[in-house]
Amino acid sequence: MTDRALAVVRAGALTTVQDLGRPGYAHLGVPRSGALDAPAAALVNRLVGNPPGAAVLETTLNGCSLRPRCAVTVAVGGAPCPVTVDGRPAPWGAPVRVSAGALLDIGTALSGVRTYVAVSGGVTVEPVLGSRSTDLLSGLGPPPLTHGAVLPLGHEIGVHARVDVAPQPAPPAELVLRVTVGPRDDWFTPTALRAFTTSTYRVSSASNRIGLRTEGPPLERAFPGELPSEGMVLGAVQVPPDGRPVVFLADHPTTGGYPVIAVVRTADLPAAGQATPGTPVRFVPVRRR
Amino acid sequence: MSGTKGMRALPLGDDALLVEVSSGEEAQALHAELLRRRAEGTLAVREIVPAARTVLLDGLPDPARLAAELTASEVPPVLPLTQEIVELRVRYDGPDLADVAALWGVSEEAVAGIHADTEFRVAFCGFAPGFGYLTGLPSRYDVPRRATPRTSVPAGSVALAGPYTGVYPRSSPGGWQLIGTTDAVLWDHARVPAALLSPGTRVRFVRVACR
Repeated sequence: MTDRALAVVRAGALTTVQDLGRPGYAHLGVPRSGALDAPAAALVNRLVGNPPGAAVLETTLNGCSLRPRCAVTVAVGGAPCPVTVDGRPAPWGAPVRVSAGALLDIGTALSGVRTYVAVSGGVTVEPVLGSRSTDLLSGLGPPPLTHGAVLPLGHEIGVHARVDVAPQPAPPAELVLRVTVGPRDDWFTPTALRAFTTSTYRVSSASNRIGLRTEGPPLERAFPGELPSEGMVLGAVQVPPDGRPVVFLADHPTTGGYPVIAVVRTADLPAAGQATPGTPVRFVPVRRR
Repeated sequence: MSGTKGMRALPLGDDALLVEVSSGEEAQALHAELLRRRAEGTLAVREIVPAARTVLLDGLPDPARLAAELTASEVPPVLPLTQEIVELRVRYDGPDLADVAALWGVSEEAVAGIHADTEFRVAFCGFAPGFGYLTGLPSRYDVPRRATPRTSVPAGSVALAGPYTGVYPRSSPGGWQLIGTTDAVLWDHARVPAALLSPGTRVRFVRVACR
């Protein structure tokens, strides 16, 4: 069987192709993109014997269904969910052999937001600027999966891992984000700075791959006015005019004009990508390393 | 450098610096100098992102050391413009041409003349892949954004906002004042380089007859 491809039977709410993203082009206005829960994407790749840069699928809340046209090994990780092959339960977080033409169903997340599906050989849609990631801000990379789409697969090059179930961190019941304060903390009143690090915010349902939006006490500016556009980084906590902090995730704009009150530690961002709407969020200041 | 000239290196998270200078020209000069240092191998960094008054350095192994070094040095002089000019053929037929003429206090014809007589430079990119913020017009020609942004601005629209001229690489929502149209392809990810305009590029708009 040489037809190495994957047919999309149910696309789910939002399923995208993701790899390590396309860093290095921010000066041209190109977001970095890439899997939001990068450790989960790396783990499922390892479980099926793919290199770390292989493209996987990132689902949102309600999974997806896929029918491989050739026998493949898959692994499902990130947000925990039921997995079935032709209706029979299959393990989550472990390599699963799926025969050609069988139906692989990734169910609704039991907790968390984003489930990752690695397929042996990786998804080999045409790369753009060195990456196969879908970038929802600028539209680079393949479009989100649609019903009936067919995704090409690469050739299996590795050997899948010999594990029963790989341990993965549970999605957060409370999202604690360590932040280094600044660079534009001087744009906020002392009351706002205190509120930022002592209040409990909640994850807004308006969150997406561009940013984790929050609901909670608005942060008051020390003075009005506009900040000339400046470069933005992954994890920047930008405060738009409504005063509610937004944590920039992988598809964030490369420049912005709202002040950045703090930056979230990179190690805490995968959990931000798994926090469901309503999850309490606290910003905890830490010293810069 | 001296605080006298106002170069500040603000730490951004654990591995980035936002270097702030006092003008767009200084930011362009600093950007050119940082690119030169990266090319010669004396600056290890993942991203160098110039903007209006800043240059972001992201992915630095030791930001504190570089911050100390930068703040102890002078803002480099503005380099003479030596690279080739990218020429963009423009029809000055935008729907906001009359409004811009009113804001400038000149005729529509004169808006086209003034704009096409100006040499621009890409100060920085952002908003969308390949969208450059071009400077060059004197500040008396600054214009506000539209009070109500358009839900769709056609690709190739040549537009003004604040001190900047920009060209929309693809159709997108936008609040800039549209003065013309170009057929130039600003962004093509299958082309090398994908972006026609990148920070530092010199640009001239060449006036062609409206259809």
